[in-house]
Amino acid sequence: MSGRVLVGVKRVIDYAVKIRVKPDNTGVVTDGVKHSMNPFCEIAVEEAVKLKEKKLVKEVVAVSCGPQQSQETIRTALAMGADRGIHVEVSGNDYETLGPLQVSKIMAALAKKEDAQIIILGKQAIDDDCNQTGQMTAALLDWPQGTFASEVTLDGDKIKVVREIDGGLETIKINTPAVLTADLRLNTPRYATLPNIMKAKKKKIANVKPADLGVNLTSKLEVLRVEDPPQRQAGMKVETVEDLVGKLKESGKV
Amino acid sequence: MFPASRYTCKAHRCIRALVTLQKDPSAPQLYSSIHRRTCSSASTTRITTHYTIHPRDKDARWEGMEMERFADEADVVIVGGGPAGLSAAIRLKQLANEQEKELRVCLVEKAPQLGAHTLSGACLEPRALIELFPDWKERGAPLHTPVTEDVFSIFTEKHRIPVPILPGLPMQNHGNYIVRLGNLVRWLGEQAEELGVEIYPGYAAAEVLFHEDGSVKGIATNDVGIAKDGSPKDTFERGMELHAKVTVFGEGCHGHLAKQLYKQFNLRENCEPQTYAIGLKELWMIDEKKWKPGRTEHSVGWPLDRHTYGGSFLYHLNEGEPLVALGFVVGLDYSNPYLSPFREFQRWKHHPFIAATLEGGQRIAYGARALNEGGFQCIPKLTFPGGLLIGCSPGFMNVPKIKGTHTAMKSGILAAEAIFPKVTAENLDSETAGLHIPEYSDNLENSSVWKELHAVRNIRPSFHNYFGLYGGMVYTGIFYWILRGKEPWTLKHRGLDANQLKPAKDCKPIEYPKPDGKISFDLLSSVALSGTNHEGDQPPHLTLKDDRIPVEKNLAIYDGPEQRFCPAGVYEYVPVETGDGMRLQINAQNCVHCKTCDIKDPSQNINWVVPEGGGGPAYNGM
Repeated sequence: MSGRVLVGVKRVIDYAVKIRVKPDNTGVVTDGVKHSMNPFCEIAVEEAVKLKEKKLVKEVVAVSCGPQQSQETIRTALAMGADRGIHVEVSGNDYETLGPLQVSKIMAALAKKEDAQIIILGKQAIDDDCNQTGQMTAALLDWPQGTFASEVTLDGDKIKVVREIDGGLETIKINTPAVLTADLRLNTPRYATLPNIMKAKKKKIANVKPADLGVNLTSKLEVLRVEDPPQRQAGMKVETVEDLVGKLKESGKV
Repeated sequence: MFPASRYTCKAHRCIRALVTLQKDPSAPQLYSSIHRRTCSSASTTRITTHYTIHPRDKDARWEGMEMERFADEADVVIVGGGPAGLSAAIRLKQLANEQEKELRVCLVEKAPQLGAHTLSGACLEPRALIELFPDWKERGAPLHTPVTEDVFSIFTEKHRIPVPILPGLPMQNHGNYIVRLGNLVRWLGEQAEELGVEIYPGYAAAEVLFHEDGSVKGIATNDVGIAKDGSPKDTFERGMELHAKVTVFGEGCHGHLAKQLYKQFNLRENCEPQTYAIGLKELWMIDEKKWKPGRTEHSVGWPLDRHTYGGSFLYHLNEGEPLVALGFVVGLDYSNPYLSPFREFQRWKHHPFIAATLEGGQRIAYGARALNEGGFQCIPKLTFPGGLLIGCSPGFMNVPKIKGTHTAMKSGILAAEAIFPKVTAENLDSETAGLHIPEYSDNLENSSVWKELHAVRNIRPSFHNYFGLYGGMVYTGIFYWILRGKEPWTLKHRGLDANQLKPAKDCKPIEYPKPDGKISFDLLSSVALSGTNHEGDQPPHLTLKDDRIPVEKNLAIYDGPEQRFCPAGVYEYVPVETGDGMRLQINAQNCVHCKTCDIKDPSQNINWVVPEGGGGPAYNGM
């Protein structure tokens, strides 16, 4: 029983920034653009830190996969209360093609290496909206999963998870070790205040390469083209129902 | 007393309000919310909830909250991570490393990353950069576009009159570089961190701290976790105090802490009030065939009349893609309350000369910022016990050149050189706990900055004549180009920009054309492009000293000019929900931190304070 929690944090383009597609349509512009921690990852970190404050777990380790700048994201997690960080260096072309499958392989390898009890991830990232990493990680480790968690309660060596599902809320009880993914209403993340940022500079961030974990990063997916969504066309106002039916018939929809 | 748990939530609040009233009749918040429900007439709903207007020590909701702040000590604290602040930080560490002395330099910046709140044309005179880093090229400073062509025009609605830029005129740009200032600031930040400066982006300096003897002790960063109605949230945490022997204030044009310091230390008693302009800017990716890297274009005239100071710039960057930076500047001493700088900018783009460049292109960025126009006559006293002012905050912009970055950087360098010996001295005999560094002012007065600003001091005020723009140009031609600013007199500015507006009834509304969505655009889509955002649940940081004045004075006399001069759509006069009349709605989340409202509000009722750090625009290389 190590009592260790692994939290995955992803550095994404800030949600308020207007996205611009690169002129060559291979992706979006990221150079110099404001980035921040994925909002669902913030919720995951907050939950892990809360568990530590309740003395239910002993150590919170923040993990991020990406280039040099991912370290800033780990620092924010450290400032929120994580004990140490692991930066898995992925850059260049590998980073362009890094997806949930590769990240889940990395998380699974790290979970074994660090002897983690619980892995908490955000339910999805706001840049790719994949919603796959948590589930894939659990499958690779053959661990139970509590996804879309809106409430997490540790109960001995089991975890009670209230999940947000289409029909409402579902409560399940799973064994540890387990993978949890955080949904919006799980908690309200705390601010990373300046004294904590200063303290976080003294906390350790270990550098690891995917090869050291025995993970192959090759992707089976190839992005063919990235485009802007179609321009929204102006709507039309009609006076009567007959007009509406007439217009629908005209445009061939009826 | 009352067994309060038995009552409903609403009753709870009534009881709490009554209890509060019994204790302290001046607690407005709860009382006014009950008052509103019981009063049928449309009494003013509270707009301002910020603690700078409604102090928390008198607010019942803050009783028992932990208000202690964590404090840390540094040798020098710098407020603001722009060209001036970073130059000061870099120079301090360069001196410390040269002389092998320990020096803790901390820099706080409200933007989430360096450069995110930086906006400028910009055409840079590299001399201050060369002083800081003679090897700037090898270090990779992002100065990629030397100016190759200088074009100056007077616009009429359909035509342009070319004006030759003779060598010696201030607008001549030979030897200068077109830069994306945000990228230069980011690069300066990297150099500073390498030298050992501690940089903390995302933390705003919200309060100046004072020693008992009245000297400046340092700053405190913003509190977090305060709700929109001014009450504490679960996530509430106090900001942190950073104490220093000297605090350097480099907040840029019209800084909010500088505003307090002017009053506190009476720094403006011997200078004219600062006069400003608003600069709006866009970045466009244009058709490659129209791209002329290194070309700078400036215009005056249309669409402004000859009595409204302003003009435009359009710079062709050379960084591998057909990018142009263009923008429009309007002097904030304009008198017509119906004038909208944003809409002037949008309609200027339709001038044939400009539209030709933009046709087929795509707008990729938008932003706005106020800038100084006062020059020499408006430089305040720069030093006070415990601190000093650098950069555009006191204001060293050379207005006819429209360049302030090189003087801002130079002021930062001079500040560092004056501070260093005193802050590292073994046995300094100081009258006050915070060090006073008057040597900084002395050095500045003996420097190129002073000579430069003195030579051009009369150009901007020369526009205040019957012929307006044309009189100003004639004056510049004679007294600057020929006589090099050596005339013995110093002309005065008009006074506070806020006092220049004429009542709306004496002015004609301006008919602006509708944006066409290809060259000109509407305000809200422009604001979205600035990437600005703030945590929604916080008190609006555009505070009003008196909530009633906007409708009673600004709207009644001036037809609400803030609806027009704000480049981000923060201020809106909307009809009240019940009954007749209008109310002011403040969309604080849109704010791009330009400071124009604080400057131009005719009632001087708006006080811009800093919001939670990390909020604001997300400019990228502006």
